[in-house]
Amino acid sequence: MNTKVKEENGRELKVENQQMSGSSMLIQALAREKVDVIFGYPGGAILPTYDEIYRTGIRHILARHEQGAIHAAEGYARVSGKPGVCVVTSGPGATNVITGIADAMIDSLPLVVITGQVATSVIGTDAFQEADIIGVTMPITKHNFQVRNVNDLPNIIKESFHIATSGRPGPVLIDLPKDVSIAIGEFNYDEPLDLPGYQPTKIPNRLQIRKLAEAVAKAKKPVILTGAGILHAGGSEEVLEFAENQQIPVASTLLGLGAFPGDHEQFLGMGGMHGTYSANMALHEADLLINIGARFDDRLTGRLDAFAPYATIAHIDIDPAEIGKNVETHIPIVGDAKEAMRMLNEEAKTNCECGDWKETIKEWKAEYPLWYTEDDELLKPQRLIEMIYEETNGDAIITTDVGQHQMWSAQFYKFPKPNQWVTSGGLGTMGFGFPSAIGAQFAEPDKTVVAVVGDAGFQMTAQELSILQELNLPVKIIIVNNASLGMVRQWQQLFYEERYSNSLFPIQPDFVKLADAYNVKGWKIEDPAEMQDILKEALAYDGPVLLDCRVHKVENVYPMIAPGKGHHEMEGIKP
Amino acid sequence: MRKTIVATVNNTSGVMNRITGLFARRNFNIESITVGMTENPRVSRMTFVMNVDDQRGLDQVIKQLNKQVDVLKVRDLTDEAIVARELALIKVLSPPQQRGELTDLIQPFRASIIDVSRESITIQVTGDNDKVEALIDLVKPYGIKELARTGITAFKRDTKKGVIDSPKYSVIN
Repeated sequence: MNTKVKEENGRELKVENQQMSGSSMLIQALAREKVDVIFGYPGGAILPTYDEIYRTGIRHILARHEQGAIHAAEGYARVSGKPGVCVVTSGPGATNVITGIADAMIDSLPLVVITGQVATSVIGTDAFQEADIIGVTMPITKHNFQVRNVNDLPNIIKESFHIATSGRPGPVLIDLPKDVSIAIGEFNYDEPLDLPGYQPTKIPNRLQIRKLAEAVAKAKKPVILTGAGILHAGGSEEVLEFAENQQIPVASTLLGLGAFPGDHEQFLGMGGMHGTYSANMALHEADLLINIGARFDDRLTGRLDAFAPYATIAHIDIDPAEIGKNVETHIPIVGDAKEAMRMLNEEAKTNCECGDWKETIKEWKAEYPLWYTEDDELLKPQRLIEMIYEETNGDAIITTDVGQHQMWSAQFYKFPKPNQWVTSGGLGTMGFGFPSAIGAQFAEPDKTVVAVVGDAGFQMTAQELSILQELNLPVKIIIVNNASLGMVRQWQQLFYEERYSNSLFPIQPDFVKLADAYNVKGWKIEDPAEMQDILKEALAYDGPVLLDCRVHKVENVYPMIAPGKGHHEMEGIKP
Repeated sequence: MRKTIVATVNNTSGVMNRITGLFARRNFNIESITVGMTENPRVSRMTFVMNVDDQRGLDQVIKQLNKQVDVLKVRDLTDEAIVARELALIKVLSPPQQRGELTDLIQPFRASIIDVSRESITIQVTGDNDKVEALIDLVKPYGIKELARTGITAFKRDTKKGVIDSPKYSVIN
């Protein structure tokens, strides 16, 4: 009763001198940050905030598990470029979002995560639903804050949004004790930011850009590697302009897909472990490698001492710590990818003479494209992805989990535009694809959003079908069902003498019935002949659908660079 | 390579945890770490002595530290003119007949005896790493019962080291 009076006082006072409770401050601040949707799940310690959500009517999407909420926030952030906001309670609510926070950290997605916390007076006493979420998330957030005084809250929220979205984006966590969210304080959101230790470099050094322009002029075998940094910076046009002017071939990382048009003739496809022959050979043979906003992840580089052995390495990255971390860099450029490419377009006047190189690459592309054996009896997963590409005209937003279906999607869906590709790259999170599609659909309500998921990964977060049911959200779920943990099975086949330890899932739920239980329209497809028609119908259907596609069970992802091998040692290229 | 790195950081709760956690998860090898408030109560100063394999390893340490929102400034002071000091407390076995000998021994180090008991004395010494090591080596044969060291804390010198090491004399003196 006492609390209520206080809150009401807070509300009355808020009009005159901006006195209000911590939870009202939070909602006010979210409005100031133009947050139009939050994903979350209520609980004890976050009750005051949920009361404020109830009263203000801010759009809140109720997940059925906190992991679903945070992956949805990630999908929203990846597609919209705006920070995803996730609100959960203390203890188990907070620990349930850890996978998503780690995922966002390694894939540089801007998130603001608000966790409830027990009252400050009992912090450290192992109180009910208490977890040291600050300690736990310190290594997997860009920064985190615990609010000790309600008057600090406006600044903390403002700083959180700034840190999450600027420089190299990442997740920021605010731990909000229950008493702080009830306490009354002054709401002042107009104070300037005071972050002397956080000054990301946006504008690169022009001398370094000139050095790169000179290297381009001298290069005989240049190649561009596009990373997700281009997507975060919104620099696709600048990259396209540069690549076309200089006639340099472009390879992409997994997360960079869409930064350069996937259907462009200069595009080689994805490089790395399951990359194309032409992309990997170009990286291997290049004499100049221009990395734009990629972090030389081990899935891309393969064996480090065999990576790009003849190349001068130029690396453009907004995070200076990425430069030289894995690969020794000769031309480091710290700055925003868009700015850097704009300057490079000004500086790079002479075109590189690389006619022979272009011919070689053309041959590689023609000789060794991505391939699979076609079959009339069996539904080939690669063909399935091709069909999705055809039927959506390459215009859909595709989300995935991790594993075989992810690699096939990366290989066979030729993303023509930025921000249509949502996948868990660095962390490789199963159960990411479906909830992130929900977030993506909120970011782009009018676009077709297809969640391409494995049968195993889908079962990790399938409970979010409730959101589709509740909101009639038209997400299209396509289960690439090989009744196994495909990539694990592939590795066991190749490297563990076919000992399929716990990777085969012969017992499965009836996914169509499961969909039906949530009032989601479902189809099961076994015959490849009927695939296209059902896909057409499903995509045209106004509402959520689930397709259980029974694909060839023992299909493997090729080509492949085995662990510990270099780019020139690919296996499974087209014979 | 042994490196002395100094960082100024926001004096907020948990900042020490952020830094040591960073070192642990990035596999950086620290020899010593000291921390304390500066002339500005909102800012703390940390001094790390660490072992790195090469220049790239050192660059990573400095860059990763700089990435922390609470880290204000990082400097590698290894090759700079610096004042670097640590303090060591050494409890040495000293029967009464050896006490005089020990007192004489530590005198050139400008160390002092801060506690005396029947069997032992506690020596306090302040200086750079080499000096402290030298004194420890010297008293080792007497039997060290306990040893505590603070680790190096360091400053950049205002005047260049060279000037202090070889003072120039004028013709007059």
